[in-house]
This record gives sequence, structure tokens and C-alpha cells, in this order.
Amino acid sequence: MTNVLLIIFIISLLYVSIANRIVTYVRVLSLQGFILFGVTFLQLQDIQTWNLVLILLETIIFKAIAVPVFLGYLIKRNKITRETEPYLPHFISLIIITMIVVITVLLANSIQDTKLDKIFFIVSLSTLFTGLYFIASRKKIITHVMGYLMIENGVFVLSLAVGNEMPNLVNLGIMLDVFASVLILGIFLNKIGDVFKDVDVDQLSNLKDY
Amino acid sequence: MTAIYFIAAFVIAGLLFANRNEKVNYILVILFGLLQTGFTLFACYSYKNTALEYFTFDSLGLLLLITLSIITLPALFHSYLYIKRHNETPQSRAIYFAAMVLLIASITMAYLANHIAVIWIFTELTTLSASMLIYHHRNKLALEGTWKYVFICAISITFVFIGILFLSLSLQHAGSSDLSFSNLMTYRDQLNPFWLRLAFLFIFTGFTAKLGLVPMYTAGIDAKDKAPAPAGALLASVLMNLGFVGIFRFYAIVANTSLFHWANLIIFIAASLSIFVATVYMTKVTNIKRMFAYSGIEHMGIVMLGLAAGGVGYYAAILHIVLHAFVKSGLFFQFNQLYRTFQSKSILHVGNYFKYNPAGAIVLLLGFISATAMPPSGLFVSEFLIFRSLFEGNHIILLVVVLLLLTIVIWAFGKNILKMLFLPVAGIDETKIPKISPWESVTQYALMFTAIWLGLNPPTVFVELIKDAIKILPN
Repeated sequence: MTNVLLIIFIISLLYVSIANRIVTYVRVLSLQGFILFGVTFLQLQDIQTWNLVLILLETIIFKAIAVPVFLGYLIKRNKITRETEPYLPHFISLIIITMIVVITVLLANSIQDTKLDKIFFIVSLSTLFTGLYFIASRKKIITHVMGYLMIENGVFVLSLAVGNEMPNLVNLGIMLDVFASVLILGIFLNKIGDVFKDVDVDQLSNLKDY
Repeated sequence: MTAIYFIAAFVIAGLLFANRNEKVNYILVILFGLLQTGFTLFACYSYKNTALEYFTFDSLGLLLLITLSIITLPALFHSYLYIKRHNETPQSRAIYFAAMVLLIASITMAYLANHIAVIWIFTELTTLSASMLIYHHRNKLALEGTWKYVFICAISITFVFIGILFLSLSLQHAGSSDLSFSNLMTYRDQLNPFWLRLAFLFIFTGFTAKLGLVPMYTAGIDAKDKAPAPAGALLASVLMNLGFVGIFRFYAIVANTSLFHWANLIIFIAASLSIFVATVYMTKVTNIKRMFAYSGIEHMGIVMLGLAAGGVGYYAAILHIVLHAFVKSGLFFQFNQLYRTFQSKSILHVGNYFKYNPAGAIVLLLGFISATAMPPSGLFVSEFLIFRSLFEGNHIILLVVVLLLLTIVIWAFGKNILKMLFLPVAGIDETKIPKISPWESVTQYALMFTAIWLGLNPPTVFVELIKDAIKILPN
């Protein structure tokens, strides 16, 4: 069951690569939050109940509901247009993300490790590189933020892989998640929408050396 | 005492944030200065002890903590001058000082942390407090700088976290789950090399955002440019040292495993690229603050070269990072007087500074001599030792390339600084130039001379501390 959920997670990455509207991104982020909830529930068998409840609450309330709702609110409030405005065509994005997944699978197969469930490693690394690719290939600042949130999800998957032995690392991951998301989303995007007329990376090029 | 310091610092930051009265604000700031000094003295007396389980007063932490506390006092003083002259609203003053106190306290705790996750937590806190300082002016450019800083630091901190996860996988092979540095050192031979390699890559990359090396150096430049100069002084000196602490403590473990040469190669690549990047930008830059920031990147590259070359380079690297902190913070403290004289950040609009503020001009000249490591500066000693370690390690080609790049840096830096000091610029209205009291430069003189003294005639205690800090590295 865990494998099924994680494979759906990978498919969601491919789906995002050809998505044309920002709303789709928000929905996929929300879906990923729900998937992580399921994976956490199935995976973390050996940890204390209250800790498990905390992690489950974080995935379902924070990742799956609060952040997507807040993103939707920001998009409305800052009047962000609905196109994702990639620098590359969708087809090429799809190819690149497929390549990322294939390469991580090949990399994972070269690992001789009995301690690690390989699928966690594959999913987390693919998500990490996909997030980085999104940050590099999309124009709007809000898509950068979503790329970052996707990276966070990937890191969370990896922390689940070691969660049974070291539950504190999962808690650290949650701390990072909440802290960074609140910092990035709450303070700056609000202000950026007010100060910059178009929420575009091209606006962020005034700090120069000469 | 550590718990008292920690709680008191956070309480002071909270009170500063909530309070709007000017007098109370400055009383709290003075209190924090006393607290920081007191805690540093306490740290000296409890050398080698452990507090609260996660904090150890070891040599490296103590050395950098003393550096931080020496820089903190002028930083608070210059912040006071800065806020007083800028007619700040009570709210922005409150946020500024609260953020500064939080930043200094987080850096202090991160220096002393003996557990990789604890360093990570406090590094995250420095991102938060530094971003509040960068956003101080609340205009479009400050927002842009803040946004870039926060975003890149968030990604870097995530990278460090991924590195910690890989490290835990590596440690599971040794049958342990405690990520403190001493425990990692104990199990160093049983760590799984594959995961350790990945862990080192990610942790190193993540900490370069704070240290100011390629690949993540970019955010720091914008941050030092947009933050008020007294805060920029902290970002350009003690915060960079925090990145060094994070990398150094982990490197010490990796260096004692079979990955020693591989890790050195990674550091060599990042360090030489940093020096190259800094050189390229130094020749082009016209913004004074950014020029200082790029100079910092070049110095961090030199420090990491020393660390990777080994031998006498270990000693020189730590000496260099301490001296660089004094010199660079001194230059940033000087910047505000320069700005008040010419009302411009651009080198093109600044000139003949000796005529308007001789005391400050001598600071700039001293800072230039120190930052380019010419004798009598203390950095000459450390840089010379680093070059010697490169020579002894048979990295001749790298040494030649670095020396060439540094020559270009000296040319670019000298061209700009000497123009600012001696060449008159057209169109300056001399009636508008304010008289600047030479007393404001006293703290910078103290910092510059400290750097010279520590380099040329280091006290025995100082040398012993450095030697003890590098004991864990293989020779």
C-alpha cells in the first residue's frame, strides 16, 4: 500500500510538469499532502502515539489543507494570472522530469543497502530535483514557492524512511516545514504582491553590481 | 548559566520587540551587551565543559564566541548611532534591535552546539533574524534582497537537513542513532561511505549559503548590500564564521574516514571557484558594500583552501577566519560615515575622503591593507601560511592560479579604495558635507589593531586554542 501511494506521488510530479494553470499546482500540492498523510500512517509503526498524531496532524492540516488554501488566497489577493509561464515547453518539461525519475531509479539500484526501502529514496530524490527544476524553469515567484514546497515534501518522504529509528528527525523536518513555509509565504509574498505590480522574477533584477 | 543566557536573550528580544519607548529600548540593548559579555566570560571559565547536554565550550566555539562578543559591542553602538540619525519610527527601531539580539544569540548558541541538528536549528533562526534586518528599510530593493536571501537560505537549510538524513542512514550501519559530533567521531570507521559522501555533499552545499562560497554565495551579497551597515558587519563576519563552524565540525569527522581526499577535492573545487567568482566581480563592482561582500567571499575561499590543503593550513584557516571577522566588520562600521559624507553607495560618487574625514579615511586604508593581506596586517601571516600549506601539499598549479587571481583582486580593490581616498570627484557640494567626529572611528581602529596584533604577535592562549581546535583533524 505504501508503494502504491508513493507511486501515485511520482505520477503527480509528471502531472505537474504538463499542468498549464497555477490552480493545478495548488491541487497537486494538496494531493501530495494527503498522500504523505497515508504514507506516514502506514510507515511509522514504531513511534510513540502522541508523536505520530503530531506528524499526522502536520501532514493533513498544514500540508494538505492550510498551505494550499493560503496559496489560493494569495493568488486571488495578488491578482496573479493563472498561466504558469514556463520558460520551456511542457513536453520538454515532461521529458526532463521523466529523465530525473529514471536516473534516480538507476542510482537507487546501484545502492547495496539493507537498511533503506529504496522507493523512499527514489521518490524523495526525484521530488527534490523536480522542485529544483521548477524553480529554475518557471517565471513567477509563486511557482518558485511551490517548487520549494515540493522539495519540502520530498524531504519529508526521506525523513519517513528513517522515521522509525530516529523519530526526532521527522520532528525536525516538520519544524523546517512549518518555519520555512510560514516565513516564505506569510511575510514576503503578501508584501511582494503589494510592492511589485507583476509577480514575476523579471521584477527581481534591480540589485546589481554596477 | 547557558540556559539563563538563552532565555534572557530571548526575553530581551521579545521585550525589545514589544516596547516602543526609546529609553527602555536602549537600556535593554545595554543589558544585552552586558549579558553577552558575561556569558563569554562564563564560557572562558567553563572551558571544555558541557551545558544542557547539547552545548560544549570547546576551543573552536570559544574562540569564535570571543570574536563575536568583541564585534557585538561596536555593532550595538553603531546601530544606536545609525537609528538615532535616521529618525526611525519606534516600530522599526524595535524590530531592528530585537532582530539583532536574536541574531547574536542564535549565532552564539550555534557556535557552541555539539550536535549537528542543534547547529541546524540555530542556523535556521539566524535566517529569520537576518531577514528582518535586511528588510529594515522596507522599500522595493530591500524586499528584493530579503526575498532572495530567505529563499536561497531556505533551500540551503533544506539541503543541510537532507544531508543530516543521509548522515543518519550512514550512522545506522554503525548501529547508533545519536547524531552528536563526539558520537559520530567514535563510530567514524563504521559509517557507510556511500551515504556519508552524499551527506557531506548536501551539508557542505547547504552551509555555503552562510559561509559565502560557490554555489550558494549569491544571497549573502544582496543581504550585505541591503542591510544597514552595522547589521551588515555582523552578516559579513560572524555569520560567515557560523557557516565555517558547521562545515568544519562535520569535515573533521569526514577527514578521519576513508573519504578524506575526496572531501578535500570537493572543498578545493568550491574554494577556487569562489576566489575566481569574487575576482571577476571585484573588477566590475561599483557598489562599495558589495565590494566588501565580494572581498569576504574571496577570503572564505582562501580559508577553505587552507582547510583542504592541511598541514599548517589548518592553523592558518582558523587564524584567518578570526582576523577576517575583525577587519571586515571594521570596514562595514566605517561605511556609514562614508555614506553620510557623500550620500552615495557608488564608488563613482565618492572621492577625496581624506579631506573630509581623515580618521575614517585611515580606517579605510588600514582595512584595505588588511583585507588584501599586505604586511603589517595580521592576515598576511595567515595567508602566507595557507600558501605555504598549498605548496607543501604539491598543489602548485592551484597555488599559481590563486596567486594570479589574488593579484587581480588587489588591483581591483586598490583601484577603488585609493580612488575613494585621494581622487576628488566633480560636482560635490562641499558645504553640504557634515563634520564627522573622529571618535566614531575609534571602535574600527580597535578592531583593525586587534587583527594586526593577533596576526603578528598572537598571545599564547590564542595559539593554544587554535592548536586544540585542529587536534581532531588528521595530519
